Amino acid sequence: MGVDQTWAHLSNLLIYSAMAVYAIALVAFVVDLSRRGRLGRDGAEASAPPASVPALVGGGSSGSDESGSAPSGSDSTAGSIGDDEAAAAAHRYEAAAHRYRAAGIGMALTWLAFALHVCGIVARGLSVHRPPWGNMYEFAVAGSAVVIAVFLGVGFKRDVRFLGAFVVGPVLLTLGAAVTVWYTEAAQLVPALHSYWLLIHVSVAFIASALFTFSFSTAVLQVVQGQREAAVAAGGEPRGRFMDLLPTSADLERLTYRVIVMAFPLWTFTLVAGAIWAEHAWGRYWGWDPKEVWTFVIWVVYAAYLHARVTRGWDGRRAAFLVFAGFACLLFNFIGVNLLFSGLHTYAS
Amino acid sequence: MTAGDTLDTDTAVVPTAPVRQPTLGPMGWVRFIWRRLTSMSTALLLLLLLAVAAVPGSVFPQRRVNAGKVDIFLSEHTTSGPLLDRLGFFDVYSSPWFAAIYLLLLVSLIGCVIPRARQHWKAFRARPPLTPRRLDRMPVYMLRPAPDGADAQTLLTTARAALRHRRYRVAADPGAVAAERGYIGEFGNLGFHVALLGILAAVAIGAMFSWAGQVIVVEGQSFADTLPLYDEFRAGTRVNNQDLPPFSFTLDKLSVLFDDQSTGSQFGAPRRFDAYVTVRSSPGATPVKRLVRPNQPLEVDGAGAFLVGNGYAPVITVKDGLGNVVFTGPVAFRPEDGRYTSLGVIKVPDAAPRQLAFSGYLLPTAVMTNQGPVSVFPDDRTPRLVLRAYAGKPGQDGLGMNSGVPQSVYFLDTSKLTQLRKGQDPFILLAPGGSYTLPDGLGTITFDSVKRFAAFDIHNDPSKGWALASALTALGGLMLSLFVRRRRVWIRVRTDGSGRTVVEAAGLARGEDAGLAGEVEHLLGQVVGEHVANGAASAEPVSVKE
Repeated sequence: MGVDQTWAHLSNLLIYSAMAVYAIALVAFVVDLSRRGRLGRDGAEASAPPASVPALVGGGSSGSDESGSAPSGSDSTAGSIGDDEAAAAAHRYEAAAHRYRAAGIGMALTWLAFALHVCGIVARGLSVHRPPWGNMYEFAVAGSAVVIAVFLGVGFKRDVRFLGAFVVGPVLLTLGAAVTVWYTEAAQLVPALHSYWLLIHVSVAFIASALFTFSFSTAVLQVVQGQREAAVAAGGEPRGRFMDLLPTSADLERLTYRVIVMAFPLWTFTLVAGAIWAEHAWGRYWGWDPKEVWTFVIWVVYAAYLHARVTRGWDGRRAAFLVFAGFACLLFNFIGVNLLFSGLHTYAS
Repeated sequence: MTAGDTLDTDTAVVPTAPVRQPTLGPMGWVRFIWRRLTSMSTALLLLLLLAVAAVPGSVFPQRRVNAGKVDIFLSEHTTSGPLLDRLGFFDVYSSPWFAAIYLLLLVSLIGCVIPRARQHWKAFRARPPLTPRRLDRMPVYMLRPAPDGADAQTLLTTARAALRHRRYRVAADPGAVAAERGYIGEFGNLGFHVALLGILAAVAIGAMFSWAGQVIVVEGQSFADTLPLYDEFRAGTRVNNQDLPPFSFTLDKLSVLFDDQSTGSQFGAPRRFDAYVTVRSSPGATPVKRLVRPNQPLEVDGAGAFLVGNGYAPVITVKDGLGNVVFTGPVAFRPEDGRYTSLGVIKVPDAAPRQLAFSGYLLPTAVMTNQGPVSVFPDDRTPRLVLRAYAGKPGQDGLGMNSGVPQSVYFLDTSKLTQLRKGQDPFILLAPGGSYTLPDGLGTITFDSVKRFAAFDIHNDPSKGWALASALTALGGLMLSLFVRRRRVWIRVRTDGSGRTVVEAAGLARGEDAGLAGEVEHLLGQVVGEHVANGAASAEPVSVKE
């Protein structure tokens, strides 16, 4: 019934290939992270007077403070600082070269996997002659591609390679679930989805969800980094040395916020576009269908996040928990609502 | 919701010695409660409560969405069900507690939008704030020597032009210019919040003036938009029967296509529902042919008819024991699953000497299995009727149709009926054209043919345009408030300690603004005559503080 099986078969092949390449990319990113940990430690040891380190090793301020010799005890004179600076700069250069190798491989592989992934989606679309996001399998495959696209897109503006493992890992899991649990044979759409709103409403929802996913990753790192910083401030030894070379919790918090500021209007658009489509399809713009309820809940939670950030008494760390709550709702909206509740949005199976 | 919120005392210092609290009079209390209610932390709490309170509506069946499911839930949960019902868990979105949360949120929102709007209007009308004496205390501060021979007045004129060019609003101070931009962002923010009120107002107005009904129309039958012809009708408080537009339509044909090519879960999935109708906008109007399908409603006189369901209506003729045709026509059977195993009831109260009734299934593509006949495909390839026959006591109204109590057309109360059976046959199996003679000479039932029916939702919500306009305003306002940066810039020309003329510039932004330093640097560069690209080549001395 209007389904080209050759393209469908090719699409599956491409998605499997993309998963294989993502898996290798994930290994590269993990290697990169472990190396960051080693470099963080070595970096602290190599540049002996710790007082000079914070300014030099990017984001490594915590690593230097607890690297042994009492920070206040080292009276670094002007002359010794000059020497240390030179040594640390040389070390930093070396460290950077090391770091970039594994992360660079990870990025290159992610690009390759992303290309395969997108080709797989296009092939699926060609096989069924429609936007390839008409069931849960296709949602997951297309949505995870958008997550990668956001990651690669942000990568143009700033160095977010440290996030590689935290983005590629979940995407690989999603794709795994898609091909094993949610796989649906290539087929035409049910009549309820025959609308150009499928293209508008769903694709914008993808982009917003991808940005929310990304912000979740940075918020997790932010909280972990914040705890390590607190441990350092209390004079303790933080765990997870690989975090030493990652941005500070304040920087991660700002990144989280910026990504959510982009995602929130898109989610609002998803909500409004969904209401317009609902009006067009069912005659009412809002009917408290489970999907509508959860889309609304997600919107309210992220609205609360934006308010929390300007509320006194809500620092970045507490606001981050709203990011977690929002992401949990987002996941539930995609998986739980599709599988647990029957509603007008039940197209999955 | 005020950004500079001063009421959150959670982190206040706890005094060690007892402090005599000032006593609050009644007005003081009102003011205190009002301030608390309109504070940002209360708004935040209410937002989170709203999110939590909305969830049960997706977990428990809702009367507004599907009243039948609520009844099933209540019958399955005899202890928790009535309690949940009393707490409003089956009408979450019209329950008092849900209303309490959003009404408080509404008050909180109004209480913060009004003062903020007043404040912003004042700021909008006023000139940018005076240049502070110590510019170096601002978050972004830069200083550069003026070019040789430049006089202060020329430099300030250049500064003013540069700021105007960047769409700043500019005011002159002695030896300095003060500038501000991004007022539209706050307007957007206020507009967003006001538009949310607009959406709520549209919903409230809709609840008064909208109406909706559902009707089932069998192929070949007509529907006229009058109250008695609706199977289900729900109207706003201000709607009366004369408000219904006098249109009518006939369902000429319902063309349906199911997927028989795919395998797995896609096998039997619907691919096309096309309802061909003939519409009259009023009884005397010229009939117009129209096609109605999902996502393509029929719009007449402000109302819309939406194709929301379909199924089979077997045409059945029943003759009673006296040989009279006491029933003939299509009976809509309700599809119960993806293979359109359809449940239906035929009630024949006029049959004599005993009332007759039938209940059972229509199987569109029937296949015999060990468990009996089942449907394997939703299309009507080999339709079969599987029925049980019942009869009332002679001369009694066993069906209860004359009792005046409304009955479901899909439910048969068999408590006052006896099942009719011949020998061991548990049910009657009929193919189209087939006939069955009931035992004891009570009559015959004939399965004439199968027709399709279409279920239409007919809606009219006069306020939906307002809701849409409000929603789009909210979206626009949101984008303005999130993406427009409110910035203040001051540029001063002065003589430093060694007698040199220097130009200093400072910037202040509301909230997150990574681009502020670059902007100030760019403006300063323009004033001192350096044509540098934005953000490039930093001049000495520069200090940027976080």
